[in-house]
Amino acid sequence: MRGFVRSVFFLCLLLIVGIAVYAIFSYEPPLGPIPPPQRESFDQTQVKRGAELAAIGSCGVCHTAPSGREFAGGVGLPTPFGAIYSTNITPDPETGIGNWSLAAFQRALRRGVRRDGAYLYPAFPYDHFTLVSDDDAKALYAFLMTREPVRATAPANQLPFPLNVRLVMSGWNLLFLKPGPYQPDPARDDAYNRGAYLAEGLGHCGSCHTPRNVLGAEKTSEKFAGGEAEGWSAYAINASSPAPVPWTEETLLQYLSHGFNADHGVARGPMLEVASNLGAVPNDDLHALATYIAAQIGRPAAPTPQVAKQLEAQGARGKTVAAASADSQADPSQRRDATAGDDEGALIYTATCSGCHQGPRAAPFGGIDFALSSNINGPSAKNLVNVVLNGLPAAGSKRTPIMPGFANAMDDRQVAALARYLRGHFTDKPAWTDIESSLNDARAALRAPKPNSAPSSGSASPDAS
Amino acid sequence: MKLNVNNAQHDVDADPRTPLLYVLRGDLKLNAAKFGCGLGQCGACTVLVNGEPVFSCVTPIALLEGKEITTLEGLGTEEKPAPIQQAFIESQAAQCGYCIPGMMMRAQALLQKNPHAGDAEIRAWLEPNLCRCGSHMRILRAIHRAQHIIRTAQRGEAG
Repeated sequence: MRGFVRSVFFLCLLLIVGIAVYAIFSYEPPLGPIPPPQRESFDQTQVKRGAELAAIGSCGVCHTAPSGREFAGGVGLPTPFGAIYSTNITPDPETGIGNWSLAAFQRALRRGVRRDGAYLYPAFPYDHFTLVSDDDAKALYAFLMTREPVRATAPANQLPFPLNVRLVMSGWNLLFLKPGPYQPDPARDDAYNRGAYLAEGLGHCGSCHTPRNVLGAEKTSEKFAGGEAEGWSAYAINASSPAPVPWTEETLLQYLSHGFNADHGVARGPMLEVASNLGAVPNDDLHALATYIAAQIGRPAAPTPQVAKQLEAQGARGKTVAAASADSQADPSQRRDATAGDDEGALIYTATCSGCHQGPRAAPFGGIDFALSSNINGPSAKNLVNVVLNGLPAAGSKRTPIMPGFANAMDDRQVAALARYLRGHFTDKPAWTDIESSLNDARAALRAPKPNSAPSSGSASPDAS
Repeated sequence: MKLNVNNAQHDVDADPRTPLLYVLRGDLKLNAAKFGCGLGQCGACTVLVNGEPVFSCVTPIALLEGKEITTLEGLGTEEKPAPIQQAFIESQAAQCGYCIPGMMMRAQALLQKNPHAGDAEIRAWLEPNLCRCGSHMRILRAIHRAQHIIRTAQRGEAG
């Protein structure tokens, strides 16, 4: 009995000492508040470069709410562990980063520690930003500190114990954070190294395109093998890229800067915002990114004969575009594809989709031929289901391809039949296994209240009593 | 095939790939829904399917067997207009009027779900429908007026 008590005592002691050592090891000092720097104190060229870097990093995608003020945060990022809300990174001294010094900013960017010493969650991709150079960090700081200060506090994160204890992230960092800066590969040319620095660092491509382990860290052994983001599947951008037509530097460059490529289709979901940000990035940087990503994908075999045939047809569509410009919708009785038969999916495709997707207009005014689509050739039905239900909504005033959604016109049985048909007819890949679960997720997301459409209190209602 | 339009069964002799709009206007002579762009991008053709707005110009009837389709004609008559119709007339919300049936149907779907929707929600909800005359403020006023009519009627019933 006495021996048992003693071992419990020693176990407790060990635990306490362990926690104490962990806490001491994890301690990060607060970096004293500074008076908000004057706008005039920043160099204009640095601010401009910072704006370009912020576009490459897509800071605004997470830190600007859909109808909120720029960089004021408050956007909920769904993670498998719970929702994490982005913070206000405008220079408001009380609710933003107005009293952060450059040193505090750099520590947050590269090591994920807040000005007051608390740990940030890697939903903020400091595991990538750790590669950012001193000069670039300074430029980003100059850009953010010269934005309009906005008073806004983000909602509290919804994380369960023990993840709500920020100190836990010190352990995560020990396991998964490989501190920078970026080390150039001497065997590669400047464009490749520049692209690697941008893609692995600020661009944080791997945050979506690399699968994550159970602790939410990217699996380094499966770099760019395809991941998930906000209910969308992010395609593999390594040798296992599902694109039927191999990507090249040229097609990547066009896709990244314009958000579409005729042989690959359009960027949508989170990638739409990334592409519209990249549209404002200097060509040298874009070219470097395209060089690096093209090298990751490598040079797979030439398109299969089936794809080559579709490509030819795709080229022909482009040529007829002028002649067909007045024809807003192909006559349904004239549509090709006589495979309908008893297959409900085939009938839905011919009746609903083929008018645009097999019509005379080339991308981005007509839909992509599904034989060329990474979506239909990819491992998950998620993106197809999202697009069929929601369409491609107009993105504010940005110039983007649009497609009507069919969430109200098609029931789940019809969407599933369509998905099975497209997969079976346009690819020789095995059937999808996640059609039903993707449908459930997408319908649930549709039902969820939209954060920015809450009834306003100041209702402009002249007739209401 | 059979289509349920405005609570009546219709036997329609048309290719199942035909867009609903053509069947409504051509076969059933229900001319409220309009052909605007034919691409599901302007909303002039909006009707309700199971209470939710759809673009009838890009919705083939093959998708609609067994579903309840409602057009503007199904809401009220000239003699007895529905609240949304009465409100649009009283607010004189139409300029050229081409977009108005679609506007009314989309607004109707919202008011059926949430008669108390606020201005911001109404604006966001109507975003897919375009008006080229610039009657947006009148359209918004009309929808608020419809809410008022619905609420007054509900109070009348309750009292």
